[in-house]
Amino acid sequence: MTLRLAAAMVAALAVGAPAMAQDLHFPSLSYRTGPFGASGTPFADGYQDYLTLLNERDGGIGGVKIRQTECETAYNTEKGVECYESIKGDNPLILQPLSTGITYQLIPKVTADGIPLHTMGYGRTSGKDGTVFANVFNYPANYWDGASIAIKYILSENGDNIEGKKISLVYHNSAYGKEPIRTLEELAKQHKFELILLPVDSPGQEQKSQWLQIRRDKPDYVLMWGWGVMNATAIQEAANIRYPMDHFIGIWWSGSENDVLPVGDGANGYKSLAMHGTGMEYPVYADLKKYVTDAGKAAGAGDQVGSVLYSRGMYAAMLAAEAAKKAQELAGTANITPAQMRDGMEALEITEEIMAANGLPNFGHPFKVTCQNHGGEGYGLVQQWDATAKKWSLITDWIQSDQALIDRLVAEDSAAFAAENNIAKRCN
Amino acid sequence: MFYREAGDFSTTYRDDSQTFPIRFDRYRYYAVLAVAFGVIPFIINDYWASAVLVPFLIYAIAAIGLNILVGYCGQVSLGTGGFMAVGAYACYKLMTAFPDVSILIHVLLAGGITAAVGVLFGLPSLRIKGFYLAVATLAAQFFLVWLFNKVPWFYNYSASGQISAPERTVLGYAVTGANASASVKYLVCLIFCFALAWLARNLTRGAAGRKWMAIRDMDIAAEIIGVNPLRAKLSAFAVSSFFVGVAGALFFSVYLGAAEVGESFGIDKSFLVLFMIIIGGLGSIFGSFAGAAFLVLLPVLLKNVLVGQFGWPTDLAAHLQLMIVGALIIVFLIAEPHGLAQLWRVAKEKLRLWPFPH
Amino acid sequence: MPDWVLYATEVTMNGLMAGVMYALVALGFVLIFKASGIFNYAQGVMALFAALTLVGFQDGQVPFAHLINVIFGTDVHHFGWTMPSIVAIGLTAVVMVAMAILIERLVLKHLVNQEPIILFMATIGLAYFLEGLGDVMWGADIKKLDVGLPQGISDTIDGFTYDAFGYGFFIDRLDIVATVVAAALVLALMAFSQYTKYGRALRAVADDHQAALSVGISLRFVWVLVWSIAGFVALVAGIMWGSKSGVQFSLSLIALKALPVLMLGGFTSIPGAIVGGLIIGMGEKLFEFFIGSMVGGATENWFAYVLALIFLVFRPQGLFGERIIERV
Repeated sequence: MTLRLAAAMVAALAVGAPAMAQDLHFPSLSYRTGPFGASGTPFADGYQDYLTLLNERDGGIGGVKIRQTECETAYNTEKGVECYESIKGDNPLILQPLSTGITYQLIPKVTADGIPLHTMGYGRTSGKDGTVFANVFNYPANYWDGASIAIKYILSENGDNIEGKKISLVYHNSAYGKEPIRTLEELAKQHKFELILLPVDSPGQEQKSQWLQIRRDKPDYVLMWGWGVMNATAIQEAANIRYPMDHFIGIWWSGSENDVLPVGDGANGYKSLAMHGTGMEYPVYADLKKYVTDAGKAAGAGDQVGSVLYSRGMYAAMLAAEAAKKAQELAGTANITPAQMRDGMEALEITEEIMAANGLPNFGHPFKVTCQNHGGEGYGLVQQWDATAKKWSLITDWIQSDQALIDRLVAEDSAAFAAENNIAKRCN
Repeated sequence: MFYREAGDFSTTYRDDSQTFPIRFDRYRYYAVLAVAFGVIPFIINDYWASAVLVPFLIYAIAAIGLNILVGYCGQVSLGTGGFMAVGAYACYKLMTAFPDVSILIHVLLAGGITAAVGVLFGLPSLRIKGFYLAVATLAAQFFLVWLFNKVPWFYNYSASGQISAPERTVLGYAVTGANASASVKYLVCLIFCFALAWLARNLTRGAAGRKWMAIRDMDIAAEIIGVNPLRAKLSAFAVSSFFVGVAGALFFSVYLGAAEVGESFGIDKSFLVLFMIIIGGLGSIFGSFAGAAFLVLLPVLLKNVLVGQFGWPTDLAAHLQLMIVGALIIVFLIAEPHGLAQLWRVAKEKLRLWPFPH
Repeated sequence: MPDWVLYATEVTMNGLMAGVMYALVALGFVLIFKASGIFNYAQGVMALFAALTLVGFQDGQVPFAHLINVIFGTDVHHFGWTMPSIVAIGLTAVVMVAMAILIERLVLKHLVNQEPIILFMATIGLAYFLEGLGDVMWGADIKKLDVGLPQGISDTIDGFTYDAFGYGFFIDRLDIVATVVAAALVLALMAFSQYTKYGRALRAVADDHQAALSVGISLRFVWVLVWSIAGFVALVAGIMWGSKSGVQFSLSLIALKALPVLMLGGFTSIPGAIVGGLIIGMGEKLFEFFIGSMVGGATENWFAYVLALIFLVFRPQGLFGERIIERV
């Protein structure tokens, strides 16, 4: 009995064993449960629906079918490790964990195993430096770009002079939330504004003292690096103390429907950064409806289509598919390996024509990846919430971050990482 | 049939008081050790090491440590996550400050540092008892996590506060870092786990263990018969924290490779390890292993069955998995309230009488 | 008045009200601990489950929609009606009572006379189960809970204090509602346990299980009763916290905020939960406001426990706990 049970267990546990196949494996390290499940679900849906669309409409990429697998991480690093180990032997072409914690975990592992890691707008910012982080990509923009874009936007609203102004940063007290601090401190020196830091412990349902401090300090602007329930709570508290909403700007992870809808009318006018467009106006949705949603092949409950995080998942899938096309072109074969996929990502160039051809015209800013630069050129937008129409609308044109500053900070941080881990520089 | 004392004559006190008095048990124990040391390292792959066995061994160490404190000495602690963080950060600082010293020594030193911190936070146990003591250890939990998050010295001033384990080798084999092979990681954890479990077993049945148990059963009575509660309680905190610190150091350096204090060593970790020893059985070394196995292996197993075999959506599988784990805990409890270890003891009793129970 | 006094007053008032919110969660723990000696780890998850059920009823969600869709390949989500809040609250209360009966039938009945740690463990299993069940039934997406409670700054207080001190105090109207509800709840609970037959039975069971049994009090009925009341308290806490920040998984984590309150106030005292909540809420907010910002912030979590610890060193049984008498 015990033996049979043990045998059954072994069989069940060994499901993670690799199976070679002639297809393109796009795993999805998603999280639909746990404290951040509400934010992880739309991203995963968008990512998977777009890849399903490619399969149904185009027969995959370059004639080879896409195989999707999904592994639930619950935003938990240990489950992330388990997921990674279960798929790494199965030729995963690209990993997108949507978690800064899991990203840090995977950086050394993917480098050793030769699997590309794409952390779109999150993760380790210095992963932008391709000379040190060969397998890590974070195009089109990263946290530090976000910090710089936010300050640039504030500058543009104030006639390029914010000397003596007070700017508060309300942040998730974790690796993710702490990322922009160094950049903002540099910018504070440069533009002579006063930076006030207000950490919020995860999950962040109780922020009264932070917002009372804001009420006391009366900062001219409030920036937010939040995730999960913290976003909605912060916007609610801001509305409660009648903080002027148009002076409250969140990073792109604090700017989804999930964050503003629970607050209702109070959230009207809240702003957040964006790295891509959003809404249902793009031609791709017609195809999605025809091939995926109406065919009953939508991922998850199918109720997230068109939301900000859904769009972001779709954007991530589009970039991954384009990189795969590039890789097929470079390798001369349709059946690419993770190493060839990495080369494809490094040679990726997204132009307006490519995005339009994919049914997403003007969705993101065109960018080009090189061996040295894995992070794009750092363009972003600002969007604003309209509570009556229940809709995000873009209110600026593309803003580019302070590339000189970001490059300097990235070089410093990646040099420290290289020294700590004895990594020789590439791309010479 | 073979599982009985009959014919097994003890001729010395040593023989009489050994851990496995029944010959069959003894051989089974040797067989388990032989498989663990002699077979598994050769057949293990990355998935089995990183997803199943390494976390199991590390959690087992932490569970044994906590079991010494809660199960043997009766002091409820919810600071395990914080103490694991002390072990992890101590190990990280030592690794980066003295790169030439062996990682194994760093892990032990990290355990020592954790023991000192544990004693400090164990001081209130002299005055506060029962569930109320949990508040002292929770204060430790939250304060330590906050400290490691706030003071940049602990994470060598990195931008985000993440710590990453650089590569370190033992006898030429990489133990930490991404290039460490599955069997090396497994063996290192196994050696620590075996040595510490052996130590715990012998400590708990010696004078120290008897003092702890006297304190657990009734501390005033223990004091009257000459057990010094100060020394007994603090020594339990020290030994327990040492184990937990070693587990934390291994957890960070060998298992995860990178960690962030709030995420990896938060309050849910404290609860998880406490659940392990309660489900496994308080005051039992075997129970610590059983509880760790239950809570580490079962979710992985269920996930693979539900998603891998039945092809269910991952979110539904994750929710059902929670329900099944919860229901199983209750079912086990109704069947046997004293944990898996008691279930095991009952099974052994039955086995001794089998096939003629009357 | 100097500025800092005004700020301190404002923070103190807000802290007190935050404390009431913590106390609402702590009350559920106290009720169950008092009547059965169980430390109910599942209290936070019960609040989540209650809030999820409430929103589900309000919006006419089909329970287990996802599971049904997966198994039968259907595509059902909503019944297509919305329910008035008051009806939905009533129905949710019924669900919580049904849950209490089920818990008693399936779990507690089998564990009579076991040690507290084992009953504690049963509630761990229950917490896991309910967490999964809530998600399977109603889905894990974030939901807006609106039962018509007012929210946002109170203009009356703002205007009044502005006229009086030249500085308008910020008081959230939701907090005022929570305070009123908590006060009513505590008064009702105390009246119930002092003046009704069942309340006396409850207190008898709390004093001594066996003695209560021997005078003919049904232990099982009392347990169902007390779990129902705790379920109702969880519903109230779920409504308050859910209105504040939406209904989703994180709602179950508010239990962590209630722990220091419990330890400070004592596990067995209803007024203790309130007073403990007030002390913790005020203490942590003042500390974070004046000292926390100097040492990097986010001190609230550990400071609550340190505060409770300081009190406990002087009163090891909590402020209102029963005196611990030890005999050899």
